[in-house]
Amino acid sequence: MNIFADLFFTFAKIGVCTFGGGYAMLPILQREVVEKKGWATDEELTDYYAIGQCTPGIIAVNTATFIGFKYKGWLGGILATLGVVFPSIVIITVIAAGLTNFAEIPVVQHALRGVNACVVALIASSVIKLGKSTVKDAVTVCIFLAVLGLAFFVGLSPAVLIVCAGLAGYVVRRLLCLSRGGEGK
Amino acid sequence: MILLRLFFEFAKTGLFAVGGGLATIPFLRDLGARTNWFTDADLTTMIAVSESTPGAMGVNMATYVGYTTAGIPGAVAATIGLVFPSIVVIIIIAGFLQKFRQSKTVDGVFYGLRPASTALIASAGLSVAASVLVSVGGLEEHVLSAHWPAVVLAAAVFVCMRYTPLKKLHPIAFIGASALVGAVFRF
Repeated sequence: MNIFADLFFTFAKIGVCTFGGGYAMLPILQREVVEKKGWATDEELTDYYAIGQCTPGIIAVNTATFIGFKYKGWLGGILATLGVVFPSIVIITVIAAGLTNFAEIPVVQHALRGVNACVVALIASSVIKLGKSTVKDAVTVCIFLAVLGLAFFVGLSPAVLIVCAGLAGYVVRRLLCLSRGGEGK
Repeated sequence: MILLRLFFEFAKTGLFAVGGGLATIPFLRDLGARTNWFTDADLTTMIAVSESTPGAMGVNMATYVGYTTAGIPGAVAATIGLVFPSIVVIIIIAGFLQKFRQSKTVDGVFYGLRPASTALIASAGLSVAASVLVSVGGLEEHVLSAHWPAVVLAAAVFVCMRYTPLKKLHPIAFIGASALVGAVFRF
């Protein structure tokens, strides 16, 4: 298949399989983009989520644009994004046209509670996979725990936390470099 | 012209809403109040539908509002408007990153960013878990009670996809099976 068509349809498939926000998309991205297609690595996905959370726009779209761009330049970025929104346009239009009480149908509500429970397990499993490559020494464990605590219990904004963690990473690396340089002399 | 206006209103939302789909809701309330395109009650329905259908929630919301306002062309205009700023901003950032990939500074920054990003995803997962697996209240206000069927289902999915041969299955298979379980056992 043409590479650009492949990008569009892969992301359309990811769009169809996502229930919830950009975070619920992560397990599907890992399967389709990292494991099947090899368009990005787990580390790169965490980078895209980090940047996607503190730049304008919703995370799901930002991440799709990033992956598409990395793989096939600006046209790739645009096609991946159009792919990820395409199912929404079709499905929502159908529902808005005739099924405005869709969310109140009892069987839909029951099924959705099942889906949400599943999404919890999927995200947990994804975080463990990502953690293996991103949380691997004392410093990164500290950053992980600090950010988790401040985000979940204190409710600090992701953008602030991302910027602080980036600075912390930079400073720690510099200090390590300096101390090693010192030993060398 | 209404299509252009939809495009611009949603481009503004895409530019100023930072984060997940929920971040777009304050902007949409404001939009509804200014334009009378939809009411707060309509918005509540749209949120419910967006959460219970496939697709990223923020995108679903844009499509819904666009369709309600101007039919299928409206749905397309609003959605393209929403993603337009992302495409521009991310392509610029991604291009910049590609150039400086090898730099020590960028490497140091990402060394700190990655665990933070993982933690934010974990935190979002915990929020979903808190709303799906436990509920506050019942007869007494301060009692936490577990939704046992949801807890059991989440645990079962987790174990299956990590420790059994079923882990080869696509995530959508687990989602589909869970929807069925939810519907049959009336979660």
